[in-house]
Amino acid sequence: MAKRSAPEVNAGSMADIAFLLLIFFLVTTTIPKDSGINRKLPPIEENDEDVVIKQKNIFTVLLNNKDQLLVEDELMELKDLRAAAIKFLDNGGDGTCDYCNGEKDPSSSDNPDKAIISLKNERETSYSAYISVQNELVAAYNDLRNKRALQIGPSKGFRDMDFVMMEKNYKDVKFLGNKDKLKAVIDQIREEYPEKLSEVYSK
Amino acid sequence: MSKFKSKKDNALPAVNTASLPDIVFMLLFFFMVVTVMREDTLLIENRLPLADQVEKLEKKNPISYIYAGKPTAAYKKFGTEARLQLNDKFAEISDIQAFIDAERAALREEALIPYMTISLKVDKEANMGIVSDIKQELREANALKINYTVGTGSALDN
Repeated sequence: MAKRSAPEVNAGSMADIAFLLLIFFLVTTTIPKDSGINRKLPPIEENDEDVVIKQKNIFTVLLNNKDQLLVEDELMELKDLRAAAIKFLDNGGDGTCDYCNGEKDPSSSDNPDKAIISLKNERETSYSAYISVQNELVAAYNDLRNKRALQIGPSKGFRDMDFVMMEKNYKDVKFLGNKDKLKAVIDQIREEYPEKLSEVYSK
Repeated sequence: MSKFKSKKDNALPAVNTASLPDIVFMLLFFFMVVTVMREDTLLIENRLPLADQVEKLEKKNPISYIYAGKPTAAYKKFGTEARLQLNDKFAEISDIQAFIDAERAALREEALIPYMTISLKVDKEANMGIVSDIKQELREANALKINYTVGTGSALDN
């Protein structure tokens, strides 16, 4: 008996099936927004003794119920907050901070280790205003750390890498450089510009 | 003249659609790969504020989500004030500690507990009152790693 070739499968409806699946995935897809500002909450501990902090080492940021920004008791626009925070943190008033580029004003903060930013908001403050302020304060720290990273990076073998980039590379599994060395640089910068942000719980 | 001219020549030739399935498959694979199935059905409005100093949320550590915002039009009976949503339903502030305990119990390893991150997805219209309360409850529950999940953009536009 003569061998008959198998009849060809009709693939005309393939496109329809693929379209159906495509539309299903189109509808169910949500591109996740998975980035944000990481924060660490302070643990609850019974601490009766008051720590005395000099007034000049505290940078008070108050956000009122109309989303107005009050920095060191003066009204301020959001766009000026970053520069003001950098000026305060980088002041180096007592002269112990040899990497600071500030004005060394004795009436402002002593050194970045002592400088504390105190953020206070009211219950009626909107969340978006709060996030904007948080963002600007984080940006102030990042700016200072980036500058420092570009200064000390080249001598440690990390040329043209700012602090944000260093952290990113440290987390990146594909990074080819020496991670232990990178970690040491990151820790050093973190120590030089520690993030001291205190928030007041508004009841 | 017209005797030799066939009718077919006048009509436009049909577009060749043989490669259509290939194109559609390509799109299909793209969407299949990027798709993440929604974890929770949102009962609240959830438009996140913008910020530019963001860090990526690390997927290798466990993440729990807490949502807050104004109830959507379908749930108007719950009022217009910002409400809290845990999993698939509305919750009270006092439910947070139980929620955190449940999330911790669901982890594969106990060693991961300190690395658990709480992602706060709060609508930008919400007041800080509810956020402060959530933060206080998280402190009570000793879940201290939090992430204000935001969209990427200039914070000055908020």
